[in-house]
Amino acid sequence: MHKVLIIGEHDGKALNPATAKCVTCATNIPDAEITVALLGADTSSVASQAAAITGVKSVLRVDRPENMHPLAAIFAPQAAALAADYTHVFGPSTSFGKDLMPRIAALLGVTQVSDLMAVEAPYRFRRPIYAGNAIVTVEADPTRKLIATVRVASFQAAPGGGQATVDSKTLNVSLPSHTRYVGAKSGSTDRPDLQTAARVVSGGRALGSAENFKLLFGLADKLGAAVGASRAAVDAGYAPNEMQVGQTGKIISPEMYIAIGISGAIQHLTGIKDARTIVAINKDGEAPIFEVADVGLVGDLFQIVPELERLLG
Amino acid sequence: MQKIMVCIKRVVDYNVRIRVKPDGSGVMLDGVKMSVNPFDEIALEEALRIKERGSNIEVVAVSIGVADTQQQLRTALAMGADRAILVQTDVAVEPLTAAQTFLALAKKENPDLIFLGKQAIDDDANQTGQMLAAIWDRPQATYASKIEISAGKASVTREVDAGLETIEVDLPAVVTVDLRLNEPRYVKLPDIMKAKKKPLEVTSLDALGISTGVLLKTLKTEPPPQRQKGAMVKDVAELVDVLKKKGLI
Repeated sequence: MHKVLIIGEHDGKALNPATAKCVTCATNIPDAEITVALLGADTSSVASQAAAITGVKSVLRVDRPENMHPLAAIFAPQAAALAADYTHVFGPSTSFGKDLMPRIAALLGVTQVSDLMAVEAPYRFRRPIYAGNAIVTVEADPTRKLIATVRVASFQAAPGGGQATVDSKTLNVSLPSHTRYVGAKSGSTDRPDLQTAARVVSGGRALGSAENFKLLFGLADKLGAAVGASRAAVDAGYAPNEMQVGQTGKIISPEMYIAIGISGAIQHLTGIKDARTIVAINKDGEAPIFEVADVGLVGDLFQIVPELERLLG
Repeated sequence: MQKIMVCIKRVVDYNVRIRVKPDGSGVMLDGVKMSVNPFDEIALEEALRIKERGSNIEVVAVSIGVADTQQQLRTALAMGADRAILVQTDVAVEPLTAAQTFLALAKKENPDLIFLGKQAIDDDANQTGQMLAAIWDRPQATYASKIEISAGKASVTREVDAGLETIEVDLPAVVTVDLRLNEPRYVKLPDIMKAKKKPLEVTSLDALGISTGVLLKTLKTEPPPQRQKGAMVKDVAELVDVLKKKGLI
């Protein structure tokens, strides 16, 4: 039997949907018994959310004041201690998981499979390389612990309705004081979360300015969509970094992705390959975005976007 | 602060469109342009800027790879690194082994900071910096978009999914850098000439006591499934029609 430990991501109040996607990935391992570990200052509320994910057998709470913020240097030694009882340890391929999981792997002296996109066998997986321009099948040593980050765009979230047990665990692990949380700045928004939104409206360099970029917000709000941006738009300062979609930004899989004024560099396409439907609006009919778009419209976005917003009523 | 070590990887150039070999044994690398991993270039640029602001800071560029990796280290020297070390090997080194190798170099060099790119654009693993910090038992600050150094400490702003996060780490520490930290300088011809005279030491995994083993076997390499090119519509009204038919709006 395989015992899979998933390191849950949360902000103390809400469990990140990436966790339920890791659960789906883990259920693809035959005979997997799945545990979600939650490290935090007070994980009581997120623990009940994790316990409701179908497929989860147990939830482990590791509450201590030092776990207030998800610092890899603080979390990794605790997760490595928890890992002793498991064959696999998974985390999401989000900035949280990508920061933390390799530190856990190295403390355990084992390798990590990054961006796991498909499970072929308990120790055989598929993952993308070269910005998704090649897919490799990799196999790890079954006698050693397997650490992986799960490419969340490749998996649907496991449904609710489960009833896992919840236990608190006290770990006798000494924690370093060399790393301290100072603060965070995030663009507060009432729009859906980009990573998990069903619809995304995304803008590129052709928007031309931060002021013009706001044009997309009206359309997004009409569609109930999250707003994304290409690297070019973020680099130019039109949109904040958390909106970036692509190889080095967020990899997303919405039902509908509307790319507006985005030419479609390989690195951007990597981030949207799993979208169900891609709609492209661009002045340049030769733009590479049209090669992958399900629906394309060539024209001036400054005329098209307001008209589209109007026709959507 | 006295020394910054910058870890550099030789990778297929950013602008090359890679192709998978028909027999699935890997990607075609013959005759392909190779460069410094772009994120590592940003890491080096940051080290050089810190050096130029302060005084008496030595910047050491290190790499692991085939003999030709000297080309990328010469580029690093031309950009302004003081000296370079190549751990020469023909074996493709996995992230954990790379981290162990950089740790062996760190124990010799005793740097105050080790900078790396947040990921290499070939295997996209995003592991080596974190692994190095773990086995060095030192802090890690990944995805840095701003680095401020003060006595014995660094304040690092990180690009995270929710926005920006700032952490403070004691030195020595490992920092991995993100895209928007800086824009690397262009190398000028006189600097390339000067770089030829700068020291470039070549050592080996054996000499550092590193054993390589395959932790993760690659069984097969395939091209990704291609999306089919869809239909073009002539105007917004038709676009709305199509989206309605698809049940998307």
